[in-house]
Amino acid sequence: MDQTTDIKIVSRDVHVYYGENEAIKGVSLEIEDNTVTAFIGPSGCGKSTFLRCLNRMNDTIDVCRVTGDIELDGHDIYAREIDPVQLRARVGMVFQKPNPFPKSIYDNVAYGPRIHGLADSKADLDAIVEHSLRRAAIWDEVKDRLDAPGTGLSGGQQQRLCIARAIATAPEVLLMDEPCSALDPIATAQVEELIHELRENYAVVIVTHSMQQAARVSQKTAFFHLGLVLEYDETGKIFTNPDHEKTQQYITGRFG
Amino acid sequence: MDRNTTIAIIVAIIATAVFGGSDIVALIRNPDGYDGPAMVPATLLLIFLLALAAFTVGRAKSVSAAGGHLENLHSRPAYHGLYAMLWVAIAGFGTFVVMDALGLSYVTSLMGEELAAQLKAGGREMLQIEQNLVLQDARRIAEGRVASAVDPLREYLAATFAEIDGTRVVAVCAASLGMAVLAFFMTFAKIGVAFRARNSSERILRTILLMAAGIAILTTVGILLSLIGETLNFTIGVLDWRIDKFLFGTTWSPLSGVHSGDMDPDKVGAVPLFVGTFMITIIAMLVAVPVGLFAAIYLSDFASKSVRAWAKPMLEILAGIPTVVYGFFAAITVAPAIRDAGAWMGVDVAAQSALAAGVVMGVMIIPFISSLSDDVINAVPQSLRDGSYGLGATKAETIRQVVLPAALPGIVSAVLLGISRAVGETMIVVMAAGQGANLTINPLEEVTTVTVQIVMLILGDTDAATAAGPAYTLGFTLFVITLALNLVALRIVRKYREAYD
Repeated sequence: MDQTTDIKIVSRDVHVYYGENEAIKGVSLEIEDNTVTAFIGPSGCGKSTFLRCLNRMNDTIDVCRVTGDIELDGHDIYAREIDPVQLRARVGMVFQKPNPFPKSIYDNVAYGPRIHGLADSKADLDAIVEHSLRRAAIWDEVKDRLDAPGTGLSGGQQQRLCIARAIATAPEVLLMDEPCSALDPIATAQVEELIHELRENYAVVIVTHSMQQAARVSQKTAFFHLGLVLEYDETGKIFTNPDHEKTQQYITGRFG
Repeated sequence: MDRNTTIAIIVAIIATAVFGGSDIVALIRNPDGYDGPAMVPATLLLIFLLALAAFTVGRAKSVSAAGGHLENLHSRPAYHGLYAMLWVAIAGFGTFVVMDALGLSYVTSLMGEELAAQLKAGGREMLQIEQNLVLQDARRIAEGRVASAVDPLREYLAATFAEIDGTRVVAVCAASLGMAVLAFFMTFAKIGVAFRARNSSERILRTILLMAAGIAILTTVGILLSLIGETLNFTIGVLDWRIDKFLFGTTWSPLSGVHSGDMDPDKVGAVPLFVGTFMITIIAMLVAVPVGLFAAIYLSDFASKSVRAWAKPMLEILAGIPTVVYGFFAAITVAPAIRDAGAWMGVDVAAQSALAAGVVMGVMIIPFISSLSDDVINAVPQSLRDGSYGLGATKAETIRQVVLPAALPGIVSAVLLGISRAVGETMIVVMAAGQGANLTINPLEEVTTVTVQIVMLILGDTDAATAAGPAYTLGFTLFVITLALNLVALRIVRKYREAYD
């Protein structure tokens, strides 16, 4: 690829357990900066679980236990001195179902900057909000009704609002857990275009069930199967000439 | 299986009929030795069994009408059974209730006439109230209970009563059984392949539901109307339209002038009562809202599953303690403790104080607020919390800025419910806050509340009819105030609610 290919996140032999159940059975991956990395695989294969390890969202689940190393810019994110709260400000997340807060559009976007003290003045905050909404390609649709509740927007607008909200905390990595699965094709196209642009500034990791979406938006693709990464390569290679037979079967729709 | 049920029911019907029938025969042979009430349960049981039988028979008929092809039936067999059962029950029990009420009033009027005739024959006169007593005694004698006095007149009337009433019971029972049997055969005749039993029985069920709702609403309306009526009586009769004397008067001693004749409109000022009520309510809510809300937040967002599993039931046990227990706990333990603490700090505290009652009442209300708030906080979707955590918010930030605003409408209604309980609470205040109608805003003094004064008025040795006026008026005013409070709070919630989907 033509972009710089610094390694942003490294995972080595990551295992995740939900109680007795081992959901991830040793995953080692290197995620590149300024790249969209797609995780594909059948349901229950552990791709969302692994994604949630990258910003320690699994910490909020009592029975969940993570072993192995995950490094962000060379620093272990599961180290004792790392505060998951600060980590999550650097590694933003967009969820499967749009989940705007029951607040105004403005307050939704300003939420992160406010709690992290990113803005010194109202003007600063206004600027961050506008920039984030523009970046999420929703500014023109909402600029006249920033005081309206975020929950009143359409599904696609809500999801872009959630992306704007994630961008507003100035993260370095953006994790997206099936961000388009609750959206119609038009909204999906808008969000995909947005993901494409976000790559300039962030490392984007996207979990998706749509083969076409992975092929359209990502540069690298990891194929997950039963808690393991069977294949991880350039997206083009995965979709045209995969090494692994299971990958071939999955992308051609023979199982999954 | 089905046949067995049918046989069992038919056997039960025959047994009851024989039992009930022998009862009727015994009655006809020997009306004086009549042992009436046994026939009423027998009849009701019979109607009940007839309804069950109607179900089985109706279902069986629809099955046989279908001739082995159940899909030909418009309605499933159970609906045919249900239809027959509902009609039999309605016809039987309905007739019983209506006839019983009508018969009773008829018997009462007959007895009144009989008594009047007897008095006239004996050349005696009697006050209406005395007549009522005699009639009541006659009835008691007839039913074998203890009467206030026994004399020939009463015994004669008792015999008459037993005779007339025995006939009434037989008539009512026979009529309701007859109607049930009639309904049994009429519905049985209707059942067939094309009969829309499902639509019909669902219509009946809908009517029953409507009646239940109607009873609830009508009762409320009735209570409200009687409140308004008595309030108007008091306002016009005693206050002579000077409502301001009640609403703004500061002296509450409504019964002080009663013995000499009328109530003194200058001594029915309710301000001290309302001030007392609201002071105690405010103290209670100052205790209950923070403690309850924080407990709810802890339970829903911080407590581990195992802690929650025993902490929540423990809190709810608090709600199960009768208020009278809180009352003497307040009076015996808390009030003296507060007085001692006050003495130690050099403050003069009354033996019964608003503070003691308010604090204990607050403790009583904690579980209502914590339990309800816990429910609404739990109902806030996990996705909202995840969204906040995903932005790097801490747990405290998430709760304060996302969870609580989303749960606000529910929390406000929990608080409102708590306020209504505090305003309406009586036992604790009677015991711990005192009865003196002091107009004060010092929580260390003795105060009284609206509900306590209603109790005092109704339970006092004054004639209930005299005392009812101010009591009803207090109740009505309290009702209006709480209603207004609820409406205002509802508007506020609607305006500021942060709805989530």
